[in-house]
Amino acid sequence: MIKKLLWGVWLVFFGIGAVGVWQRLVYGHHFANYGSFVPWGLWVAAYIYFVGLSAGSFLLSSLIYVFNVKQLEPIGRLSLVTATITLFMALLSIWFDIGHMERFWYVFASPNFHSMMAWMIWLYTAYFILLLAELYTVFQNHSEKQQRIMKILGSIGVPLAIAFHGGVGALFGVVGARIYWHSSMFPILFLTGALTSGGALLLAIVAWFWPHKNVQHQQLVRFLAQITLGLLLFDLLLEWAEISIPLWGGMTEHTASLKLILFGPYWWVFWILHLFMGTLVPIILLLKGLKKPYVAGWGGALIAILFLTVRLNLVIPGQAVPILSGIEEAIKNHRLTTAYVPSLHEWMVLSFIVCLGILVFSLAKRKLNIFHLEAR
Amino acid sequence: MATPTKSETMFEEVIDQQLGRRSFLKLTALGIVSAAAATLPAEIAEAAKEAVTKRKFRYGMVIDLRRCVNCKACTIACKLENKTPPGVEYNPVIEEEIGEYPYVKRNWFPKPCFHCENPPCTNVCPVSATYKRPEDGIVVVDYKKCIGCRYCITACPYGARYFDFGENYPAQETDYGKILSPEFKGEYGLRKEGKSPDGNVRKCTFCLHLQDEKGHYSRPPACSETCMAKAIHFGDFGENSDGGCITHQDCNLKQLLVARRWIRLKEELGTEPNVYYLM
Repeated sequence: MIKKLLWGVWLVFFGIGAVGVWQRLVYGHHFANYGSFVPWGLWVAAYIYFVGLSAGSFLLSSLIYVFNVKQLEPIGRLSLVTATITLFMALLSIWFDIGHMERFWYVFASPNFHSMMAWMIWLYTAYFILLLAELYTVFQNHSEKQQRIMKILGSIGVPLAIAFHGGVGALFGVVGARIYWHSSMFPILFLTGALTSGGALLLAIVAWFWPHKNVQHQQLVRFLAQITLGLLLFDLLLEWAEISIPLWGGMTEHTASLKLILFGPYWWVFWILHLFMGTLVPIILLLKGLKKPYVAGWGGALIAILFLTVRLNLVIPGQAVPILSGIEEAIKNHRLTTAYVPSLHEWMVLSFIVCLGILVFSLAKRKLNIFHLEAR
Repeated sequence: MATPTKSETMFEEVIDQQLGRRSFLKLTALGIVSAAAATLPAEIAEAAKEAVTKRKFRYGMVIDLRRCVNCKACTIACKLENKTPPGVEYNPVIEEEIGEYPYVKRNWFPKPCFHCENPPCTNVCPVSATYKRPEDGIVVVDYKKCIGCRYCITACPYGARYFDFGENYPAQETDYGKILSPEFKGEYGLRKEGKSPDGNVRKCTFCLHLQDEKGHYSRPPACSETCMAKAIHFGDFGENSDGGCITHQDCNLKQLLVARRWIRLKEELGTEPNVYYLM
């Protein structure tokens, strides 16, 4: 009954999302709220969010295949499937975001390797290919040869995933014009965020959807919860550094974006959604959930879902400060303002992407043995 | 080894300041090329030499803020010349009110693209769609190549780049819409939904469609030409130029920069804008 209800909700959101995608394809960027002063909006934030989930799940899978962490062995397939689906969602998000969707292949045909974006694209293409190779291998029958190939692929994958997701952070970090982004912390912050959100997502999936709720399941959830908790705390530490140092330094240019995050009109995104609902509550749930998988699942889900707020707070405030004072008053136009909030249309397109991801995941869950039950 | 005298060191410092790192690197490059030329066949050496000395002009502006009266005619002239849609502003006038009554003043300045010597916007483009033209230093966007990722907008410290959302003024429905856009010598002609430059990043081109084949301007960029206060001086700062202003016969850009106090915006970023503001 609940399952039917959930699929009903899914259908509604998928339908709304499909309308959004139709609008995007027919009317271009007309219904989006970003402009020329805040050129990157929800879809870019969604892109780094999904790509983070992907890199995070992938890196956790490498714990199994490269570093022989036996406790995680049952989630090998699951983590790779999750990494692939979330990468697919990320690419879809950024594809809807670009001005000329039909020209996406130009990034391969005429790349500019002075651009961090070009590097990122080439690295995630390599990562995507590697992911498919791993996915193919992991669904083969268990053998020593398979294990060896997985180890080789995983060993290539670890530096690749670090380089590519660090590259996503660097893409922002190298922009000297935006002081808030222009920080060496960004690549590290992105990687930690990826591991935290990816781990949390896997935790939620394992806690809720694992077919056999036995002792092994409980141990698995416990282990994942511990990893996620550790990563979350480490991420919090980095975040503290990223926020406190410029604030203490007190240079207006540095503090402007941070003050927007902490005390601006969308302060609640940081304090309530991220810090309270996405961090404090999950910490309690994870601690409580060490013995109750279902509770830990909620902790993981809250972290994983609300991590979008962290991504939004990385992308938007860097742009929401006028690049020259007085520039907003020069011309009155709704595209020439730093007051950005995603439009309904942008949320609709995101809803489509999320629903599509859920659909592909449940198909994979039904058709493939993603929970790897024959694992020893 | 003899230590350099004080005057020698000072001379080096002056050279260092005046030449700047870029010119020094260029000279070094020229030196390397010349050295290589001695050993290479003449033709290759000639080609290499040409590559280094390809730069014919260094177009830029000197904007006299004492003359500017904030009439915004430059903004309008630019709009009409380039037929830019709403939200795409190649030369807005930035305005700010400072202080409180009764001690209030307004500051304003026209802001075209500065066509920086070290543009931070071009390197970030993933597909090399935007670049600094080697012959005259004008920073352009190739609308046929631009995928519309808007990375360059984030990288410009001066807000000189705008995304074309495909929006139009109501006048687009009238005969105004049938006038071809002269931008890039009319290459993009009539405005069509979903076709470039719709979906591209756009910026000031110093009205390069007004150049002849040799790169000389038949008339100055619209903003400069229209300025009734003669505040916007346009011309060539290049090494081969005498500094004569293209817009106003009676002024010399290089001389203005010597005679008057000037600033360039966000000098600390090292972008080396080619637009100077006289104070």
